Amino acid sequence: MVVLILLIGFVVTFPLYSGVFPTRVLTYMLMCAVLAVSWTMFSGATGYMSLAPAAFFGIGVYSMYLLQYYLPFPVIMVVGGLISFVLALLLGLVTLRLKGIYFTIFSFGLFVFIGNAVNYVEAEVFGRHGWVFPLLDPAIPLYTMLGLAVVTVVAIHFIRRSRLGLAMLSIGGNEEAAEHMGINTTRIKVLTFAISAVFMGAAGVVTAPSFIYSNAGIAFSSTYSFIPIVAAVFGGMGTLSGPVVGGLLFGFLQKTLQARFQTYFMLGFGVIIVLVILFLPTGVAGLVPMLRDRLRRGSKSGKGGEAEQYANT
Amino acid sequence: MPILEGRGVTKYFGGLAAVSNVDFHVDQGEILGLIGPNGAGKTTLFNLISAASPISSGEIRFKGQKLNGLKPHQICRMGIARTFQETKVFANMPVLQNALVGAFFGSQGRVSTADAAREASQALEFVGLSAMTNAPINDLTLVSQKRVEVARALATKPELLLLDELMAGLNAAEVGEAMELVTRIRDRGITIVMVEHVMKAIMGISGRVMVLHHGEKIAEGTCNEISCNRTVIDVYLGEEAHAGS
Repeated sequence: MVVLILLIGFVVTFPLYSGVFPTRVLTYMLMCAVLAVSWTMFSGATGYMSLAPAAFFGIGVYSMYLLQYYLPFPVIMVVGGLISFVLALLLGLVTLRLKGIYFTIFSFGLFVFIGNAVNYVEAEVFGRHGWVFPLLDPAIPLYTMLGLAVVTVVAIHFIRRSRLGLAMLSIGGNEEAAEHMGINTTRIKVLTFAISAVFMGAAGVVTAPSFIYSNAGIAFSSTYSFIPIVAAVFGGMGTLSGPVVGGLLFGFLQKTLQARFQTYFMLGFGVIIVLVILFLPTGVAGLVPMLRDRLRRGSKSGKGGEAEQYANT
Repeated sequence: MPILEGRGVTKYFGGLAAVSNVDFHVDQGEILGLIGPNGAGKTTLFNLISAASPISSGEIRFKGQKLNGLKPHQICRMGIARTFQETKVFANMPVLQNALVGAFFGSQGRVSTADAAREASQALEFVGLSAMTNAPINDLTLVSQKRVEVARALATKPELLLLDELMAGLNAAEVGEAMELVTRIRDRGITIVMVEHVMKAIMGISGRVMVLHHGEKIAEGTCNEISCNRTVIDVYLGEEAHAGS
């Protein structure tokens, strides 16, 4: 808790003594955390691997683009989240009857289709390709993203502990058994898929101004579907802190490596991710209880890491 | 009045009748044994009752209410719980959470957290697992996992419990314990239908036995009647009975 407040304090004061680029990096790190946490809430628990985040993220970007002169920034964030929610409800009703790899492939097709449809309409009907966002003080997206990140983490913390969280976990454990235990699995899946989409859409809204120039290809880029998955695996999916840490680290590594080694950054990045997957099955977040465990076992033969893992969530 | 009643219950898989025109009833408070050779349609009948697969024709009524067209979660909330032939525990959560799922979602109306926690730990205590509530489920033996399934089903506060081969793969001592458990569940006022291959268990605790063969009901009666029934001996106990004579 103290750590959290210190972190928030750090982010709030950051733009005061730092440049434009580090502020952008920090915003990007928070965005990765929001995507990773909301993706893990649904896909990590239910086992339905969704590749749809880019669709909801793109919806958010377009909400910002279309509404930026009519509504205040935070309101657009809520609107973008709600549009994503409604879209996810409709899509969930159709796609969540599919299981395993079929759902994953369909969700992949989803953002490709929506992105291309938007591109077509934009070019053919409105006769334009891409647009420019007015320059914003980089502190504004940072603070908005911080607000969104805090809301996301707090909301998902409570969802994970609620009966909705238990229902999602039981679907991941054994969907058939869950049905026979009185859980309306279709309703739970569609509802939680849509809830996770709210945060993804909102993240799109907040990120949009930092694009400066954007078009359908950028807004609906597959990157936004893969960031949450890689970041979640990177950080560890079992806990809430896992995807938060994973998202922040992922964003930091990506942006700093990209800035320093433009061509080779993907190579180093790939090596780091492979190493984490090979040697840290519980992700980067699992490192802390693991080390604490080892230290304790060094002094006296302590108990296993389960208690710590729970304390960490 | 029977608590569960089936008329002309039929299930086709393609052209094959897995369950064919079966009439049956289960009386309040009894233990009904359901036996038959492999592929006789026992588990299919369980799946029809619990709505895991839709019925092709006929109807099933629970306490007079028609079950046709309902979903599994609705069946569970009406008061019919089941276990599975191949255990289907929630492998991603500890023992207590498995039972909590049943307690939270399995009964009608909203269950408070305190009530659910109490219901779940009582159910685990009832099946003799209170010592391992926080253990990861994969650390448990198959016998214990089957007991978790029973506890999970009991936590839904069922009136009718369908046990699908609870005793398969257990040794003699464990079968004895399982029989004792089933009897205690019945003594709580819960009606039981059990599919079982362990004859000693079926003959020991069921009040009545129903025999399926190729999806058809070929006999029904008390344990004594069934063990003397010529057709049953021929199709089911055949080899052993003849070998003895």
